[in-house]
Amino acid sequence: MISLEWVKDYIDISDQDLKELAVKITKAGINIEKVITNHIDNLVIGEVIKCEMHPNSDHLHVCLVNVGNKNLQIVCGAPNVREGLKVIVALPGAILPLGGEIKKSQIRKVESNGMLCALYELGLEEKTDEAYNRGIYGVRADAKVGVDAMEYLGLDSTLYELDVHKHRNNDCYYHIGFAYEIGAILNRPVTLPDDETKPIKDDIVNHFSLQVETDKCPYYLAKMVTDVKIGESPEFIKKRLLAYGMRSINNVVDISNYVMLEYGQPLHFFDKDALGDKIVVRKAKNGEEIRTLDGVDRILNSDDIVITDGDKPVCIAGVMGGENTEVTDATKSILIESAIFDGVSIRNTSSRLDLRSEASIRYGKGLSYEYTLKAIERACHLLEKYAGAKVLSGMVKHDKVDKTPKVVTFKSLEINNLLGITISDDDVKTELNRLGFPFEYDNGEFKATIPPRRLDIDPYVNDIAEEVGRLYGYHNLVSTLPKVAIKKGVYAPDISYRKIISKRLRSLGLNEVKTYTLVSPKMAFHFKYEDKKQITLPLPMSTDKSVIRTSLIPSLLKVYEYNHDHKVSDVCIYEIAKTYDATYKEESKVCMLMSGNYLFNQWHSVNVKVDFYLIKGIVQNVLDYLGFKDRYTFLKMELSDLHPGICAGIMLDGKMIGVIGKVHPKLTKDDIYVAEMSLEALMDKVALIKFKEAPKYPLVVKDMAFVVNEDVMSDEIVNVIKEAGGKLLTDIKLFDVYTGEHVALDEKSLAYSLTFSSPDRTLSEEEVMVVFENIISAVEKKFGAKLRNK
Amino acid sequence: MDLENILNDLQSDLEMVFSEHDLNEVKAKYLGKKGEITVLYSKMKDLSNDDKKSFGANINNLKNEATSLIDGKKEEINTKLLNEKLQNESIDISLPATEFQIGAPSILEKMIEDVEALLMSMGYDVVDGPEVEKDEYNFEMLNLPKGHPARDAQDTFYVEGDELLLRSQTSPVQVRTMLKGKGEVPIRMICPGKTYRRDDDDATHSHQFMQIEGLLVDKNISLSDLKGTFDVIAKHLFGDDCQTRFRPSYYPFTEPSVEMDISCHHCKGKGCSICKNTGWITVSGGGMVHPKVLENCGYDPKKWSGFAFGFGAERLAMIKYGINDLRVFYTNDLRESRIFDRKEAN
Repeated sequence: MISLEWVKDYIDISDQDLKELAVKITKAGINIEKVITNHIDNLVIGEVIKCEMHPNSDHLHVCLVNVGNKNLQIVCGAPNVREGLKVIVALPGAILPLGGEIKKSQIRKVESNGMLCALYELGLEEKTDEAYNRGIYGVRADAKVGVDAMEYLGLDSTLYELDVHKHRNNDCYYHIGFAYEIGAILNRPVTLPDDETKPIKDDIVNHFSLQVETDKCPYYLAKMVTDVKIGESPEFIKKRLLAYGMRSINNVVDISNYVMLEYGQPLHFFDKDALGDKIVVRKAKNGEEIRTLDGVDRILNSDDIVITDGDKPVCIAGVMGGENTEVTDATKSILIESAIFDGVSIRNTSSRLDLRSEASIRYGKGLSYEYTLKAIERACHLLEKYAGAKVLSGMVKHDKVDKTPKVVTFKSLEINNLLGITISDDDVKTELNRLGFPFEYDNGEFKATIPPRRLDIDPYVNDIAEEVGRLYGYHNLVSTLPKVAIKKGVYAPDISYRKIISKRLRSLGLNEVKTYTLVSPKMAFHFKYEDKKQITLPLPMSTDKSVIRTSLIPSLLKVYEYNHDHKVSDVCIYEIAKTYDATYKEESKVCMLMSGNYLFNQWHSVNVKVDFYLIKGIVQNVLDYLGFKDRYTFLKMELSDLHPGICAGIMLDGKMIGVIGKVHPKLTKDDIYVAEMSLEALMDKVALIKFKEAPKYPLVVKDMAFVVNEDVMSDEIVNVIKEAGGKLLTDIKLFDVYTGEHVALDEKSLAYSLTFSSPDRTLSEEEVMVVFENIISAVEKKFGAKLRNK
Repeated sequence: MDLENILNDLQSDLEMVFSEHDLNEVKAKYLGKKGEITVLYSKMKDLSNDDKKSFGANINNLKNEATSLIDGKKEEINTKLLNEKLQNESIDISLPATEFQIGAPSILEKMIEDVEALLMSMGYDVVDGPEVEKDEYNFEMLNLPKGHPARDAQDTFYVEGDELLLRSQTSPVQVRTMLKGKGEVPIRMICPGKTYRRDDDDATHSHQFMQIEGLLVDKNISLSDLKGTFDVIAKHLFGDDCQTRFRPSYYPFTEPSVEMDISCHHCKGKGCSICKNTGWITVSGGGMVHPKVLENCGYDPKKWSGFAFGFGAERLAMIKYGINDLRVFYTNDLRESRIFDRKEAN
């Protein structure tokens, strides 16, 4: 939060419309989330020109008030109202923080057209008995009647609520830092506040020594003041802290907060007499205890930094002070600390102790050393001025901070090339001046030094380009396209492959789904048909997302369940995704799940239900499309979580690349079929398409049916037929499978239709019959089959 | 026998014919083996040569005329039969069709392919990288050393120690691509893919989401080139009247960094609940590749420059299709996803 009324102390913005300024600042990259004003409409200065007792009351008055353009009758209950008093008038329509909207009304049968206000009624003062008894607020007699009251009182303050990107959340969150940002945007100078003091002869070294034993405190400054008179803060400090949302405590504590909000540098004030004559900054000991200012006992560990009096902790560095050295009403001398601590360490301590303070937040975001000294001097100045303090000479310090300036050497051309603009050396000079970046210029070459407060800027020309660019205005960039060679964009082979399979599956009627890679241990436990160890995250968010899946089947089952629960029972889906096992081996998989009807038109009796042979057809279609015809087979096997009798391995060139089957009835009551294949295996090279002429000579079609044992697989018979059939046999189709009364219990009949043809002649019945008989005897011999009919 | 009479008889007989069967009887009566016309030929032998000639011609004429009359009748009967058959076959064409269920793409894949199609036409290759990634590629080489505050914002799933993680962004693919390029070849690529962050799933957060990142590294590339490129993408996705704007932003891996907004397509910039009354919607972030990142990946920032940009696929789809809950993309309610089995407006 930044108060613009406060910023005015450091930069002239009196001519600015603060809403418009907020837009300018936001455009330059410092995002102002909200502009808050405490302005109250319909609040004007008025003069009581007549004041009479209310006819129906012993304490109310009926007043005639001049509000500039007219006189209004207003009933007032305050004891101090009188003729000639200039007052704050809330006109009908004014909305007060306490008491809501003012309306024209009747008070004990007398018309009243507004309200004369006390300060507490405007939210400018706490409502106490004392405030109530003071009555309405009388403004100075020379105030002009009819003018806006808040403006006249100088209470019209505007606050910017910031939402700044991380890199700027240190230097934009204090008023001087923000003033520099406005200075850059408006090209105006920033004036730092007065930090002059009249130190007394006595030197701090006579009272105090410092020892820093940790490298997590590179910079530590301490000054001392005596004869402090604890009391109330001056109005401007109270008002500004209040606007920021901080309650005024006393002049001393308020000054430490005030300077922090000015310079961004947290200060800590110790009661010098309670502290003793020594400060040692060190790592905390494990188990060391301190009671912090909020009265809570804290247990520290060796990751924390503590300020000690050489013996016991007196402050958790950068987080919160200890009760033992707290500034109280009795405090006479103060030791002021202004230091830099390691941000990561402060962040960790603060979050471990669940203790967040203005200081810890600022340290956590990173703090520059630029104002460490300024802040301590400013605090001394204010203590001298507003707490009667005497400032001792000298300062105790530990200074190991790296102050090597960040310098960037560049040419304007580099800026122009990066942004795609054309600005001159003089323009760049102007921009650097606006930013407050000191620079040298020599024959077209700039050497700019980055102010230490700008922690976000690294010594690269890109960083300077960004600063120049945001002031130049990104809205002023002219869109261009990169001047690069013309070429064709291509998919990486594996992506291209996934797209091909994806499109094919969609054209076969399967819907693509997208599910989570992380699954529950229960899901991960199922369908482990491979010998794979899974990855369990060491620190998952929740157990239901703790294992990296090796199979997509459980995820698709979940999608099935969701849809089934929502009365969608025809579910044909697929997903292509990457899987990882415990060796971090990546394997892309395609998974299909099908259930319900594949093609359905009830009134028309069209009903193709999903079954094993349908999903097998889908898999075959994809494999054939990919060019693997005749290279794959389905090998019956038992696999976990699949129906033991309706389940197979998908084999490519004799190697198993996936599974297909019906989901085991122990997992679901529904008939669900799944198939999953590894894509890696399918990335194999395939032969080019080769044209094959359709047969020109007549085909001879002959049917045959065998009775075989029920365990004999059709595929085996087909293979024997193919072998025996030779070149003349050009097609085999199974057209009937029969079990029942005409065959034995453990037998089945398989009927095939065989097509014979030759590319170069008409076959004679005799030569076909020779082959046909060969086939029959081969099958009979191999499977003990009986020919059923001829 | 008067030939004229035969023809008249035939005509009146044909008038009584209503079926093919009747017609065959009539045909037999006149043209059959003992048909009235056929028998006339036997009378020829009793005639003189001259008479034979004229009589023969007359019978032939008669036969031809009779045949043509019968054929005409046959045609008439067939037409009538066909019409009757067609009438019987008439159906209620308003009954429901047999619907073909062609699969719908995942909304996210559709969104991604939309972007891919455009950028491939502009010469960008589409590449891919692992989802279980090295911390080095996901963070360190992208100017996000350990302890960097911006790592917090991408609270990450670590897989093993602090070295392996589920990638929190697709940027490591950029690193991998640059390393492959060895600082020698220009790069133009996009890398759509899954990413993971420790967010609780709700309407606006998801622990798994998809990014579409792009990278161009070449000679003399500028921020204005990124602006022009973003303009083209925005118009491709949201229509020719889509306006764009750049705002300064911060990412550790780009400098300068920008946030890229499009004019709210819903209210046309007037202000509505979708754009939170600003008229603008942020859809992308990007900037000039940070010189440290170029250096880390083997590209000399003195010679090369480039820009990078990133979109959230979910966010694009939410804006484009008016989806207001992120979970829609991962619930896969077929009643919702089937809507996307459709070509887009041109």
